[in-house]
Amino acid sequence: MHVRYSLAPIAMSALLATPAFAASLAVNIEIPRLNVSEYHRPYVATWIERADNTVAGTLAVWYDVRTKTNNPEGEGTKWLKDMRQWWRRGGRELAVPVDGVTGATKPAGKHQLSFSEGTAPMPKLAPGAYKLVVEAAREVGGREVVSIPFQWPPTAVAQPTATGKEELGEVKLELKP
Amino acid sequence: MTRSILRATGLAIALSAIASASMAHNAWLLPSSTVFSKADTVTVDAAVSNDLFVANHAPLRLDGLQITAPDGSTVKPESEAKLKLRNVFDVSVAQPGTYRIAVVNAGAFASWKDKATGQNKRARGTAETIGKEIPADAQDVAITQSSGRIETFVTVGKPSALKPIGQGLELIVAGSPTDLVKGEKASFTLNLDGQPAKNLDVTVTAGNTQYRDKLEEIKLKTDDKGQFSVTWPTAGMYWLDASTKDNKTTVPQAKERRLNYAATLEVMP
Repeated sequence: MHVRYSLAPIAMSALLATPAFAASLAVNIEIPRLNVSEYHRPYVATWIERADNTVAGTLAVWYDVRTKTNNPEGEGTKWLKDMRQWWRRGGRELAVPVDGVTGATKPAGKHQLSFSEGTAPMPKLAPGAYKLVVEAAREVGGREVVSIPFQWPPTAVAQPTATGKEELGEVKLELKP
Repeated sequence: MTRSILRATGLAIALSAIASASMAHNAWLLPSSTVFSKADTVTVDAAVSNDLFVANHAPLRLDGLQITAPDGSTVKPESEAKLKLRNVFDVSVAQPGTYRIAVVNAGAFASWKDKATGQNKRARGTAETIGKEIPADAQDVAITQSSGRIETFVTVGKPSALKPIGQGLELIVAGSPTDLVKGEKASFTLNLDGQPAKNLDVTVTAGNTQYRDKLEEIKLKTDDKGQFSVTWPTAGMYWLDASTKDNKTTVPQAKERRLNYAATLEVMP
């Protein structure tokens, strides 16, 4: 009798644990400092790809969102297509700006983004193999794609990383079950 | 003596080879970009030359220029300029979807022997006018009809499906003609009057031919369903061409119809 009572709250909390603490994912993107005569901050797209290369969700797009000519979508939309892989895989289906996804370009340095499953812009992901993809394209510069494969849902805390050679520094994926 | 004859023969063969090669100049359209994020302007070069895509021979006549918007409407070219070695025009691409920019040629040419002088005569015209070019007393009249399409594609935003033409030689792309990427396989169908063009030779040549010693054309053949596929070796502009002939003429006196197709396709890295 006593035993049954003491176990009940534990069982309850176990049931509640899944919805209350959805698995989360954080991305840390390093934009390298480049010694070039003409520097423009890169456009960067960050998204999650399924095993078949389809886009599960775009997490962030940084571009020139200034609206100086009264252009509500931002000055830089013309060049969104230069993030070629993102554009072709799904970027072109997005009507920018998107709340919580699009934002201004970022300076050199490390930038942390945190997402929680089921809370926009991070979609609910069916269990399986995915890739985090980060693509950077810079005006009068180059383009680079860095990707990190991962399994969802994560079973343990993990921080896989990948490093770009030119346009991107270290990209770190932080997985929390 | 023998040697000089041989040399002369060699020269004649070489000359005839040049003559036939000069007949096979490449006609092309070269768009400044094939992918746009939003409404923009694409500027297009139109020329005929051996080197792809170097305007070093002759401009491509734009009499048959047809620009079709994603919604099927016709778009007029802007800022058209006729230069010595190329023609140039702009297209305002405003609608989301895929534009077809094509130079369509439908014509006929005739050759005959003049009765009075016995000299060989030739004339060009359209299916309707060619009959008037030939004198009534002409001898050995031969009329050939021609049908050609030189085209390229440009997409704003998300690609849209292209409406098939159903006439002459045409390329049907599985997916979008502006979605081609290095290392990936693209599948095509070649149609002749809307039906699969079987066992037809197709060549695909990367641009910048002036910077390599070999032409490195990709030689392909359509299968029983008119299909073929290309795995793009490098990024860049490519020229795809095919030609054939048959006897489905609309000009009564014409025995032969010659058909040509050429497309400029961009492959992304």
